[in-house]
Order: sequence, then structure tokens, then C-alpha cells
Amino acid sequence: MRRMLFKSLVYGPLTEAAPPRSEAAVAELAARVDQAARARLGRTLAIREVDAGSCNACELEIHALNNVLYDLERFGIRFVASPRHADVLLVTGPVTTNLRQALERTYQATPDPKWVVAVGDCARDGGVFAGSYACVGGVSAALPVDLHISGCPPTPLALLQGLLALLESVESPSGGKKVRD
Amino acid sequence: MAATKILRDILAEGQARPAHRPWPCAAVGGEAWEQAISLLQEEQCTLLGLWGDQGMVHLALLDADGKPAILSHPCEGNRYPSVGSRHGAAIRLERAVRELSGFEPEGLPDWRDWLDHGTWPLQCPLGPAEPVSAAPKTYPFLPAEGESLHQIPVGPVHAGIIEPGHFRFTAGGETIVRLEERLGYTHKGIESLMAGATVERAAVLAGRASGDSTVAYALAFARAVEAARGAEVPARAVWLRALMAELERLANHLGDIGAICNDAAFAMLHAQFGFLREQVLRVADRCFGHRLMMDRVVPGGLRDDLPEEGQGAIGGLVAELGRRFPELVELYENTASLQDRTVGTGVLPAGLARRFGAGGYVGRASGRAFDARRTPGYPPYDELQFEVPVREEGDVDARVWIRIREVEQSLAIVGQILERLPAGPVHTPLAAPAFAEERAGAALVEGFRGDVLAWVRTGADGGILRCHLRDPSWFQWPLLEAAVEGNIVADFPLCNKSFNCSYSGHDL
Repeated sequence: MRRMLFKSLVYGPLTEAAPPRSEAAVAELAARVDQAARARLGRTLAIREVDAGSCNACELEIHALNNVLYDLERFGIRFVASPRHADVLLVTGPVTTNLRQALERTYQATPDPKWVVAVGDCARDGGVFAGSYACVGGVSAALPVDLHISGCPPTPLALLQGLLALLESVESPSGGKKVRD
Repeated sequence: MAATKILRDILAEGQARPAHRPWPCAAVGGEAWEQAISLLQEEQCTLLGLWGDQGMVHLALLDADGKPAILSHPCEGNRYPSVGSRHGAAIRLERAVRELSGFEPEGLPDWRDWLDHGTWPLQCPLGPAEPVSAAPKTYPFLPAEGESLHQIPVGPVHAGIIEPGHFRFTAGGETIVRLEERLGYTHKGIESLMAGATVERAAVLAGRASGDSTVAYALAFARAVEAARGAEVPARAVWLRALMAELERLANHLGDIGAICNDAAFAMLHAQFGFLREQVLRVADRCFGHRLMMDRVVPGGLRDDLPEEGQGAIGGLVAELGRRFPELVELYENTASLQDRTVGTGVLPAGLARRFGAGGYVGRASGRAFDARRTPGYPPYDELQFEVPVREEGDVDARVWIRIREVEQSLAIVGQILERLPAGPVHTPLAAPAFAEERAGAALVEGFRGDVLAWVRTGADGGILRCHLRDPSWFQWPLLEAAVEGNIVADFPLCNKSFNCSYSGHDL
């Protein structure tokens, strides 16, 4: 292990090994998210992820945000274990009827101000699962949604872009930090 | 073997159903049905699946020689003799058959609903589908009684970025006395959506049964449709499908090994393996236009060919993984604090793995040397050199080691495919059906998690009338309950991650 740790010191972060095109995009997004995040949220944004019946592909890509190449935490954005610690609910899936109650309870347990981001095409309107007896058909059918991030599943880059869009909407005069009943 | 002969006799005496391909299929009566259950009970056959369709319940079996067969029992008065009453692996499948198709498994010891939580606007969606008013049902967990036992309810919304499910622990101090799972929270009604869908739409749905296994599901579905329709797939597509399946296996195993280390609080390996996983996904994106390779495998072949630079990109990936992987494995092996957490934790006894027909790393870490790429096997794996690693220990460490060995095997397979990749087209459009009657097809495909079963019944117009998908998790989830018994509660995440069962693939 010492050898590997030493190598990490000498060779620098793994991030450099990534292909230049997507790296540039990541870096560009990184700077913008960082600025907006600092301005509005005191450099932190706590996200509680809720799988509302996704196929688990969205979860895989949300996980990827935490890998060394995207390293979401450098922006001050982090995933938290409890909705009581969260600013944002990141909801995936078409919202199954079996999970609806748990999703609503999670929302109620999240303190104001809070935002809901629906991730993935099926979180928008049910996507390929629309019309099923077992799906509510999109997150907005169960909760007020502030932003949709589309994709099936959205790439980590699209997820980063989405979080940026959220921060920008928060910045606008009408957006502000919403307080809901 | 005697058991193989018994099954052959059952098939021969039953009413053969020639429209089913490629496995033998027969409608059987009560006596033969009971004989088949005895074969399962005596572990002379392995359960592959159980589902209802058109007034019949279908039982897919694997005999001792690794040959699959399907037995069908008519459900007069919507009843049939329960398999689960004598073979535990079938219990949850039969609970699902009862609530989805409306067939009562007579003698089933568990009367509780499984996927139906009382929130659907209809009853028996794959059967009569009668409207009901939704009324959430209470779910009585099995009692565990004793002095100073306490219960810990966990989920359905978990602390991490994972799928929803409920775990009810009964613990004595730190030790787990009983774990009971309650699943079904991600039930989306996929099989109902597939009924009556076009092949194209059904393929998209199959690819979203469990996102981490999207290639395996798309491949199983495509192979089942191709079997039913008697379609041939171009050689290049067959080889590229295997290439994609191995890339999917690599990405998932790399992610899993890292995540298991993370659950043992060893973050460094999590970071390192996460980096390798990302490399696989980026190469998949460059070569196939999608990081998870969703919707790339379609009935008839592939959506797109591998671009020219693809072979070089994948070759480079194999070389990089071959260089970086061994030193990480060495670190896993030589870190005592990590081994302390994984060795001897969450032991799954070999007998249970065999009885439940557990596939994938769960089965292979507990002595069950089954791999659908070998038995029953499918092209191009018959032309490829690879080993199926097996361990006997059955603990978290063994499940990590199976993954490590499979990463090495998959790298070797990818190398062989790149060397021998045939030229030619990658898609042959499915011809209009040349038959007036319905046809059925089945396929078993080895995903990273284990064997995925797909069964389809297609109409004269070629559309999907019914499709059944069985995730490997059906036979792994119940074993997790057994493996964690006697472990401390704090080791549950570690055990759970080492199984890494699919919620969505199970709930459908």
C-alpha cells in the first residue's frame, strides 16, 4: 500500500488520465458549479437520493459522480444519509405505487428550504413505464419538482449540468430559497 | 443418470408442446408434476423459473446434465399443486404467480402477498386484472421470539444511493438472529407492459428490468425471441454481443469489489476500483454510444456495428486493466484490516446454494460451479477459452475472489474476441413469421450477477403476447437471509454488497 500511496504522490491525481474532451467539459462545469454554489449555499449542498422505482441505472451514474474523476464533493455537494440533513431530494424512477408513500414521507422529513430534482426519463413522466398500473407516472405526480434531468440514464456530466441549472434557478429573483408548507 | 431419465420420461409422457423452442416442453398432469417436484426436492434438478400464463403454470428446470426443460401444468379452477410446499426456492415465485396471474398454489405454506402491497388499482394484473380500490395491506413479519430480542426496521428508503427494499432485523444485542426481507417496492409492472407490445418496445423494457444488467437482459430477451421465431443472427453480432456482455461484467465486478472494500471502510480501494470502472464505461460509450450499452442488443443482432477505432479502444482498455488490476488485488489480499472484515463473514453454506440453485458469484463462492455460458451454453462461448472459478468458503471474501477471478477471465475473453472478431453485417431484420400459430422461446444468459431467464410467447403477427423475465436475484435474496444469521448488524452492509442482489430485476 505504501508503494501505491507514494506513486499517487508522485504521479498526481488520477483525473489527469481521463480523455481530454470530457475532461474539459468536467472542468468547465466544475468552475461554474463552484461559483454558484459558494454564492448561494455557503459552499455546501446536501443531497438525499431516493430511488422511486428506477431500474438502478440512474443510481449507477449518480454513484459515478462520487468517483475520483468527477469527485462531486470538491464542489461542496455531498450525499447525505438522512432526509433531515438534505437540501435537495434527487429522485429517480417512475414512482411506483408501492414506493409513493415512502417518497412522500421522505419529502415531509426534509426541512425547508428544499428542492426536488427528478433524474432520468422515467422520473419525468413515467418514460417507458408510463401507463402501468404500478406506476404513478413521474415524480411530479407525487411531489412538486423544481428540475428534471433527462437521460436514460443521464450521464454524470448531464447530472453535473443539472445541478448547475438548479443553482442558477435558485439564484434568480423569483426562485430564491423556497419555503413550502 | 437416473434423474435425467425420469425427467425425460416425464417429458415423453406429457403432451409435447412443439411451438416451444429451443428447450423441450410438455404439458403434464398431477402425477408427473409431483415427480418433477420430487426431483427438485432431492436436488436432482435445479429450478430455473416458475410463472403463469394462459391458464397454465410453467416450471423451468435444469437437469443434472445441464439440459433445460419446461413443464406446464393446467390450472383448473385457477389452482395447481404448489412446488414451494416441498421446494423452498419456489416459494417467493409462487407468491408472485398467485398475485400476478391469480393461480392459487395449493399447499403453499406462505399466504402473504409479495409484490402486491395493496397499492395497485387492480388485482392479478397478468390474469383477470379486475379493478379494486387500493388499500395498503399490513404485512405480518415472521415472529422471532426470545429473551431480550429487539427488532430493527430498515428501509424501504436506505441511507446510501441504493434501491429500495425493507429489511426487518431481529437482533440479540449486536447479533442478527433473523433477517426478513420485504421486497416489491420497485415493481413497475414490466411484464404487463410487455404483454401486447411490439418486439422493439418489449426489447426496450427488457433492457430496463435491471439497469446494471441491461446487456444481459437485452441478450436474453433477444435470444428468446430469436428462438421463437427461428431467426439467425449474423456471426459478427454474436461475437460483439459477447464482447458487450463481458464489458458489462467487468464494469460491475470492478464497481462491486470497490464498493465491498468501501463497506469495510477501506476507501482507497473503492477509489481505485471506481476509477477502473469509469474507464470501462467510457470505452463502452466510445464504442457503442452508451455508457451502459442500453438498447444496443436487439432481436436480430445489434443496433450498430463497432466503429473502426473501437477495437483499438477496447484493446487499450484491456491492456490498462491488465496493468492496474493485479496491484489492487495484491493490496486487497495483503491488507489485514480488510481481510479481518471479509474472511469468515456472511457464510453461505454450500448446501443452501445448491438447493436454491444460486447463480453467479453467490453460487460459485459456495461451491456451485454453474455458469450459463458453459451449461447449457450459447455461442460464441463454445469457441472461447475461459475458466469458471469456484470457491468453497462461501464468505464475503470468497465472493470477492470469484469477482477478481472473473475479471481476469473476462479480460482474457475480451482479448480472444478482439482477435477473432468476424467481419460482416451485425443485424438481420426478423422476417415476418411464416407460421399462423403462436410460438414460444426461452433463453438463459449469464449476466454479471448470475443466470437471467427470458421466456416469450409471440403471436402470429410476431408481437409479444407474454414475456417472463427471471432475475438471478430470486434465488439469491432468500439466501442472504441465511448468510447474515449470527453475524453482527454492522456487517450487514458488507454481506449485502457482496451479494449485490437486484431489487428492480426481482420486483419487475
